[in-house]
Amino acid sequence: MALLGRLCLILALLVCAYGIVTSLYGARSGREEWRVAGRRSVYALAAVLSVAFAVLEFAFLTNDFSFNTVADTSSTTTPTFYKAAAVWSSQEGSLLLWAWLLSLWSSLVLFLTRRRLREVCAYATAILLGFGAFFVSLMVFYATPFATSSPAPTDGVGLDPLLRHPSMMIHPPMLYSGYTLCIVPLAFGMGALLARRLDADWIRATRRFALAAWLFLGVGIMLGARWSYAELGWGGYWGWDAVENASLMPWLTGTAFLHSLMIQEKRGMLKVWNVSLVLATGTLAIMGTFLVRSGILSSIHAFGGATLGVPFVVLIGVLILGSIYLVSSRREMLRSEHNLDSLISRESVFLANNLVLVGLCFVIFWGTYFPLISEALTGREASVGPPGVDRYTVPLALVLVLLSGIGPVLAWRKATLAVVRRNLTAPAALALLTLAGLVAAGVGTGKPLAIAMFCCAAFAIGGVAQEYWRGVRARRAGSGESPARALPALVRRNRRRYGGYVVHLGIAVLFIGVAASSSFQHATELSLSPGQSTKVGAYTVAYVRPTATITPKGDQAHTGSTLGLGAVLDVSRGGKHVATLTPSEGFYDSGDPSQGSVGHFIGGQAVSHVSMDSGLSRDIWSAIAPDISTPRLKRIVEVGNRTIPLVRPDEGIIAVAVLAREYMRNPPPAQFHLIVSPLVQWIWIGGSIVLFGALIAIWPAPRSTRRRVPDRARARGATELEVAREAKYAEIRELELDYRTGKLSDEDYKAIDADLKAQALALLDRLDPPENGDEPAGAERDTDREAVRVS
Amino acid sequence: MSPARKRTVRLVVALSAAVVLASALIYTSFSAASPTVTPSQLLREAVPGRSYQLTGKVKGGSVRKEGATLYFTVQDRAGEGAVPLSYTGTVPDPFKEGREVIVTVEKQGGGFVGQRDSLITKCPSKYTVAPSKKPIY
Repeated sequence: MALLGRLCLILALLVCAYGIVTSLYGARSGREEWRVAGRRSVYALAAVLSVAFAVLEFAFLTNDFSFNTVADTSSTTTPTFYKAAAVWSSQEGSLLLWAWLLSLWSSLVLFLTRRRLREVCAYATAILLGFGAFFVSLMVFYATPFATSSPAPTDGVGLDPLLRHPSMMIHPPMLYSGYTLCIVPLAFGMGALLARRLDADWIRATRRFALAAWLFLGVGIMLGARWSYAELGWGGYWGWDAVENASLMPWLTGTAFLHSLMIQEKRGMLKVWNVSLVLATGTLAIMGTFLVRSGILSSIHAFGGATLGVPFVVLIGVLILGSIYLVSSRREMLRSEHNLDSLISRESVFLANNLVLVGLCFVIFWGTYFPLISEALTGREASVGPPGVDRYTVPLALVLVLLSGIGPVLAWRKATLAVVRRNLTAPAALALLTLAGLVAAGVGTGKPLAIAMFCCAAFAIGGVAQEYWRGVRARRAGSGESPARALPALVRRNRRRYGGYVVHLGIAVLFIGVAASSSFQHATELSLSPGQSTKVGAYTVAYVRPTATITPKGDQAHTGSTLGLGAVLDVSRGGKHVATLTPSEGFYDSGDPSQGSVGHFIGGQAVSHVSMDSGLSRDIWSAIAPDISTPRLKRIVEVGNRTIPLVRPDEGIIAVAVLAREYMRNPPPAQFHLIVSPLVQWIWIGGSIVLFGALIAIWPAPRSTRRRVPDRARARGATELEVAREAKYAEIRELELDYRTGKLSDEDYKAIDADLKAQALALLDRLDPPENGDEPAGAERDTDREAVRVS
Repeated sequence: MSPARKRTVRLVVALSAAVVLASALIYTSFSAASPTVTPSQLLREAVPGRSYQLTGKVKGGSVRKEGATLYFTVQDRAGEGAVPLSYTGTVPDPFKEGREVIVTVEKQGGGFVGQRDSLITKCPSKYTVAPSKKPIY
């Protein structure tokens, strides 16, 4: 099997090389058959890497410890669910996952764009295959997942206990999908620069992929935060760790791009900015992978060795230098087609939001890489730490949430002050009401930043609610539908706009959760014996009795620990029972015979299994660190080690059972970490709302609103013009919606509408010139022209 | 003011604001950063009241707990320069004797005190490439 895997990798490398040559030749010569050969190479790469991935997954599921990576990260006692997920816990397996996902996403985008942007696609194909070749080369020459040892060990080390959490199945694939999807717009951006096709077509072709990258990265980040909160024994969800930051940075620049691309689509502006954002997002995704895989910065995620640092540095260097060269050499072609009409417009707010997002990214980049920067400049490594990062990120986050409320209520191009004042009144009133309510309730004394965040979030929620209400009202005025029918119809017809508003709502909700849980948390760490209790905030937590489970199959958390020791905690408020919590700690087999026949069963890593009572208003979170170093317990292990031979594991387990019974009979004081965290659930709810909104925005428009490209137009290769025409129609519809939802004065609406319609007619004339007498004008074209003039 | 001049003024104002903010970030980073030190460096140059990021290994047999306070000694990877310190706050699951840790410390009186909740334990080396196992091809 390993041989098949290795052959697949070598074949994949050859496919990449063939595809790069054919697509580049196809792009330079303009010969379609070479471009098609390049595109098919990507499909072949996906097929070959799928086989390689299946081979590795099969080795994990069948405990084939002749594979080094299986022996290092799995074992016979690792539960099957975690065996399947252990594939990507090793460096080699995660490289394979990266390359495989990249090949799948690349195949999808090239299939969807097979009839469009032929020259750009050919260059993009070569670039995508270049990335594929890089990762496959790493697996062939540096860290192969198919390396074997002979004779094979009888058992493996096992998946690290910290990784035994359901999120392990989905968090890494989500993050890696996000990273690899970031490469798609980068490849098309570079392709557009190389082909000198710098209108908005390449953006339209890859917009959905940029949104998917953003969505997957976002889901990956949220799952990581949830994992940290629910699994690691510190009770937090974000620690500004280098690896966390690595995934957040491309997400931030991706968010900026998703806003600014609309300005290029509608106004032909910000071309340099957009292409730079796309290149920066892709480069940050590669830097994120580098950071995780190189171990260059101190992180709790010590996944990688130092073996892959040099190739990644070379790749990042090539990307940065190549990007700078391409953008500067094409700067004349990247000039804006229009200027900003007014500072009071949606474009201006998007621009401000872009600056804030890029500023946030810069602050985080600086904080993450400061140890390296400081060492290079001063010869001394130093760290700014989370407070140094928070000093800048908190005010920037406040501005960002505020802008997310202002943007939706402004029209494109320009708005009068009177209209803006009218549109901002209700959201501002909601923010002031929130402030008054909080002050009246005595909440937040001494926490001005948290209060400011609540008010900004209320403002943003008010803005979004007002937009929905006005949209439904406008739709009902035109169609006479009931509100229940008008709302889904409105969203269906304008998915990007109203999906985006839902995302804004989710972000506001998420930040309410972050502000409340970080500013108003009650936490305590203390030692308790059974029968004792303590106060945490308004709650009383009593240690009722100890608990114990033994054997990997019987452990409470089903993660394969030999021994689990925990506690039953009773939580009450004002004498009334609120919840029963059962935190525990799992002790894992170290596999180290030097710890003795009993000692090795519990001498591996000890991992907290958190127990919490979650609610919309607060979470009560608990973790326990039992003490197994008391003289009585130690003596059981020592006697067992002396009297039981290593070859009698069953008797060793019996000794562990004796230890568990002794712990239950005479429980020593245990260390507890208890937290009452308000509104923390709203972080996950906000994240889910963001996900829902992004799905609305990414979902294809209903068939009825899409037009078929006429065959005669396609025969002339006019599909790009067709796309531009559809975009112009969408712009006219959006303008009308802006007008109907009260964002434009009559005068502004008439002027902009006339301008847009003139542009649409010019497009129609280019698409099907009326003076061209050799072909009779079709009825569809005439209908279109008439529709544009009349509407 | 002509539209072109207006745009130039806007650009200059925006760039100036960006430069001021970036300068503030850089200045505060260098003035408030905690230097990363090994135990032997810390013993040589620690100044009372200043915080340091101490990196090293937990010395075998040095971990002791009294109530909520954890006492342990951090030494260089090569086993030199032992720094005994007291620490309160969250102790990560992988914390063990022999494991590599990062902790923010301050010199107080004659000893070193760890900043609350600043203890980070690096994951065990099983994540890294196992150097002993060579591919057989």
